[in-house]
Amino acid sequence: MYEFEYHRPQTVNEAAALLADREEARALAGGMTLIPTMKLRLAQPTDLVDLGAIDGLDRVERHDDVVEVGALARHADVAANTAMTGSIPALARLAGAIGDPQVRNCGSLGGSIANADPAADYPAALLALDATIVTDRREIRADEFFTGLFETSLERGELIVAVRFRTPDTAHYVKFRNPASGYAIAGVFVAKFPGQVRVAVTGAGPCAFRVPDMESALQARFSPAALNGISVDAGNFANDLHADAAYRAHLVGVLARRAVEKAGG
Amino acid sequence: MLNGETVRAEVEARTLLVEMLRVALGKTGTHVGCDTSQCGACVVHVDGRSIKSCTMLAVQIEGREVTTIEGVAKGDELHPMQAAFREHHGLQCGFCTPGMIMSALDLVRVDPDPDDKAIRRWLDGNLCRCTGYQNIVRAIRAGAAAMRDRQG
Repeated sequence: MYEFEYHRPQTVNEAAALLADREEARALAGGMTLIPTMKLRLAQPTDLVDLGAIDGLDRVERHDDVVEVGALARHADVAANTAMTGSIPALARLAGAIGDPQVRNCGSLGGSIANADPAADYPAALLALDATIVTDRREIRADEFFTGLFETSLERGELIVAVRFRTPDTAHYVKFRNPASGYAIAGVFVAKFPGQVRVAVTGAGPCAFRVPDMESALQARFSPAALNGISVDAGNFANDLHADAAYRAHLVGVLARRAVEKAGG
Repeated sequence: MLNGETVRAEVEARTLLVEMLRVALGKTGTHVGCDTSQCGACVVHVDGRSIKSCTMLAVQIEGREVTTIEGVAKGDELHPMQAAFREHHGLQCGFCTPGMIMSALDLVRVDPDPDDKAIRRWLDGNLCRCTGYQNIVRAIRAGAAAMRDRQG
């Protein structure tokens, strides 16, 4: 690992100021991606701004039909939190199936979505649950957040503070899990709201995305059979040693039908 | 705090927790296997939860409580989980064992009476290259039972 200067701010404002001042500063949340990347010398930040000492960023709270999750809430906390298991059990289960138990004890929601790994689980949940990302300076709709491979609409030095999830009538997430890494080879999150169904896919394309054709079909009839004959374009899907693009496209259809079935459709 | 004692060490910011434990503090019970956060030989507890010490910076744990395998036994008396690993032959070469035991203790924290399926699922992040999983699972089940008995 290359050398860097370590900072441990006490507040979000201090952290944001450090990130804005230093040319190649990176925020350290759970570190489950950043530390391995630095160990491999694939990242060389001049400064590391550890968010671990900032109070109050790990809360999970329900306000009416919204569950707000602090950016530093660990996956294990989201999985076990009763406000979450009671309101959006599909999201609690998703968090409980990320990586392994030790990753879930460190990795955070904010870190995961800021990194925007194409195979991470949370991005699908944010899109399907019509989430709002609250940063130190503004609110961003999930639909405008994920912009490409490891790319988001966050500005330089902008810090995620929390994510607000809408509570659906019913929802389910199914992933085809890489047995070694736990990442999604493909994953589909289906959420049904009054008058609206949202379907989001992760693991397949450069970043998580919604599938409008599936959404309108499920709005007309919330049943696995409603998805028969609907395919997704594999044009920009990943082709790697785990699966080729056509196989991922096939998986998306299969997983979407299973998610709808599990969600009660 | 390390195993109940306040310790001090001066390390570079880029020092990993496992390096500080083994090199600066001489606690070599925590092993480095893969060094890529996959194998779990380096699992320790930070503030009571299992983490992989090859994927945490030493500076991150300033002011926090760390427990390693050296802090599990009471003097010469093995912890019930350690005793169960011995009794049920839950180790072959022994390299993965400290991590297995630290993971197992964290499992019992969240699930005091885990079945085989729960144990196997929990061991997702611990690899045994001797492939001795059958007896590891048996040992953890017995260790959890002994811990429940001890709690009364």
